[in-house]
Amino acid sequence: MNFELTKEQSMIKKMVKDFADEVIQPRAIEIDETATFPADIFDKMGELGLLGIPFPEELGGSGGDTLSYALAVEEIGRVCGSTGLSYAAAVSLGASPIYYFGTEEQKELFLKPLASGKSLGSFGLTEPNAGSDAGGTKTTAIIDGDDFVINGEKCFITNASFAKTLIVTAVTGRNEKGRNIISAIIVPTDTKGVSISSEYKKMGVRGSDTAEIVLTDVRVPRANLLGDPNKGFNQFLYTLDGGRISIAALGVGIAQGALNKALSYAKERKQFGKTISSFQAIQFKLADMAMEIELARNMVHKAAWLKDKDKPFSKEAAYAKLYATETAFRAANQAIQIHGGYGYMREYEVERYLRDAKLLEIGEGTSEVQRLVIARQLGC
Amino acid sequence: MDIYVLLKRTFDTEEKINVSSGKIEDDGAEFIINPYDEYAVEEAINQRDVHGGEVTVVTVGEEESEKQLRTALAMGADKAVLINTEEDLDEGDQYTTSRILEAYFKDKEADLILAGNVAIDEASGQVGPRLAELLGISFITTITSLKIEDNNAFIEKDIEGDVEVVESSLPLLVTCQQGLNEPRYPSLPGIMKAKKKPLEELEIDDLDLDEDDIEAKTKTVEIFLPPEKEAGRVLEGDIGDQVEELVSLLKNNAKVL
Ligand SMILES: Cc1cc2nc3c(=O)[nH]c(=O)nc-3n(C[C@H](O)[C@H](O)[C@H](O)COP(=O)(O)OP(=O)(O)OC[C@H]3O[C@@H](n4cnc5c(N)ncnc54)[C@H](O)[C@@H]3O)c2cc1C
Ligand SMILES: Cc1cc2nc3c(=O)[nH]c(=O)nc-3n(C[C@H](O)[C@H](O)[C@H](O)COP(=O)(O)OP(=O)(O)OC[C@H]3O[C@@H](n4cnc5c(N)ncnc54)[C@H](O)[C@@H]3O)c2cc1C
Repeated sequence: MNFELTKEQSMIKKMVKDFADEVIQPRAIEIDETATFPADIFDKMGELGLLGIPFPEELGGSGGDTLSYALAVEEIGRVCGSTGLSYAAAVSLGASPIYYFGTEEQKELFLKPLASGKSLGSFGLTEPNAGSDAGGTKTTAIIDGDDFVINGEKCFITNASFAKTLIVTAVTGRNEKGRNIISAIIVPTDTKGVSISSEYKKMGVRGSDTAEIVLTDVRVPRANLLGDPNKGFNQFLYTLDGGRISIAALGVGIAQGALNKALSYAKERKQFGKTISSFQAIQFKLADMAMEIELARNMVHKAAWLKDKDKPFSKEAAYAKLYATETAFRAANQAIQIHGGYGYMREYEVERYLRDAKLLEIGEGTSEVQRLVIARQLGC
Repeated sequence: MDIYVLLKRTFDTEEKINVSSGKIEDDGAEFIINPYDEYAVEEAINQRDVHGGEVTVVTVGEEESEKQLRTALAMGADKAVLINTEEDLDEGDQYTTSRILEAYFKDKEADLILAGNVAIDEASGQVGPRLAELLGISFITTITSLKIEDNNAFIEKDIEGDVEVVESSLPLLVTCQQGLNEPRYPSLPGIMKAKKKPLEELEIDDLDLDEDDIEAKTKTVEIFLPPEKEAGRVLEGDIGDQVEELVSLLKNNAKVL
């Protein structure tokens, strides 16, 4: 056992912390209020190699590990949930599946620009009538000569309006049991018939782009099929397992940000002639927050470590996602409480943390779905 | 060009600092590259990119200083040297550090040595100038701009709200002031590459120095934190009375008038 970060990991953490504090934090309120995707910040993150942390250098990445990536997501989430979510989605959902399942040509053509931060990718799984039940996908991809012709609709897709490539899931046929075969296909966003719009008015992560995608007779080469045509479903389950580690890391970041704000406020705010941090009722809240955050962080690091060691990590990723995101929600809620009336005001930022944290309990598998995943692993 | 940077590992003065029995506690303190030395690293890299050559970052420190050196390598420096005094020295001062550096630089042919204007921990601003004196080369402090052509440096230097323009031939030692440049963040590929760059570790023995040669010339008598800021007071009543009260407080309590 060794809980110490390597030199590279702690350097990455420090660099991202400085970048988050100096470049992202001053913009966080504006990003939320105006609900604008901070494209310029993503350009800078790309230049620093943040979008390619878990991919090898030959593929335009930075040659880091999952743990380093989780540290980076946490540090960004600590100051801005919107930037954190778009970052996590770009790496874990937009780029990773191509790395896991892509052919050499696909990696060269589609992964390199993503890993080197030159463009963003999106993952389109969710549909209006297929959310938690991804097996209910209605989008179809029909083979026509050397092409797939795709028709369907995707909703709530992160980063799609700013993406160069989409990975969409679609029904490509039926297996011998008569069940739908779901495959993943790479679709460049400039393909004819792809229409992307982001009209949602969101509660939180307002600066993260969330889009609706309509696919009408979209033609892409059959060579754009990602991975095994018959294992599309398992592939995206694996992708989501990895993504959960990053959403969990984002939860740890939001929770830590909320604690930092609550702690410094409590040490300054005086009522009844004393700082409120001297009241046991406040101390216990802060103590619980700090403890839960550390537990969540340990779970995130363990899941990341298992993934880096090529060991099974599906259950641990679900533990981490479930616990860290619920911790984020509780911590943000308590941070507002500790701020009293001020906490209800945008200027103090903790109410934004709560709105951002709520998404984490829904995206990449709701809390209920995490419990299903865990129960299944227990043999239920 | 052979470019060297003097770099110090310091605690982060923006984080909480604890003092116990006359010493700053290492536990819990955050350690960073001295911020002024970051300007030096950035400038060294920029000069190398224009004129070619190599950037070597040198620190007198302890095992743990390797992290700050690796960060400088991740920013783009080529080589690092850690002169580890952890086992040989209990106390040192600016004299000690500059003598150690003198011994290191004796057989080097440095064209340009860059240091920070001050280290934010002890803030003496002495190590750079002392080293230049010992090496018998020119030095210019608190620079905010540096252009090198052929063998000459054209420098702008900060002087209390004004700018002085200075010219000097190389070799030269400069100390860097805020405004010189914007230090870059070490990039991810930079961090990964830093692992493979050479980092030489020396002890004072390797420099043919003896503890007695470099014994500190000064003694730290006491270290204490500044007094806690007390809550402000809002004066009340008639403006005339308030002014009178304020003047009396400044005279009798604060004793500044
Ligand atoms: C901001 C944002 C960004 C998103 N980004 C992406 C993206 O990039 N790509 C993408 O593909 N999707 C994305 N999504 C979609 C997200 O993954 C889905 O919203 C999520 O999976 C839930 O699906 P749903 O909204 O259809 O809810 P439903 O599945 O309809 O769930 C409604 C409720 O029923 C519960 N429920 C459902 N089934 C069960 C069950 N079997 N047992 C117990 N409870 C159950 C759920 O837990 C939930 O509480 C995003 C969503 C948002 C809001
Ligand atoms: C939208 C809105 C509308 C409002 N409307 C009105 C209005 O119409 N009229 C009006 O007069 N006020 C109004 N308020 C003010 C509201 O009543 C106060 O915000 C509330 O009483 C809390 O006071 P505070 O914000 O100063 O928080 P603080 O008193 O500073 O409390 C901060 C935290 O410390 C805790 N705390 C404080 N003292 C102790 C203690 N001794 N032991 C343990 N914990 C302690 C609190 O529970 C809280 O968690 C409004 C506030 C809002 C946000």
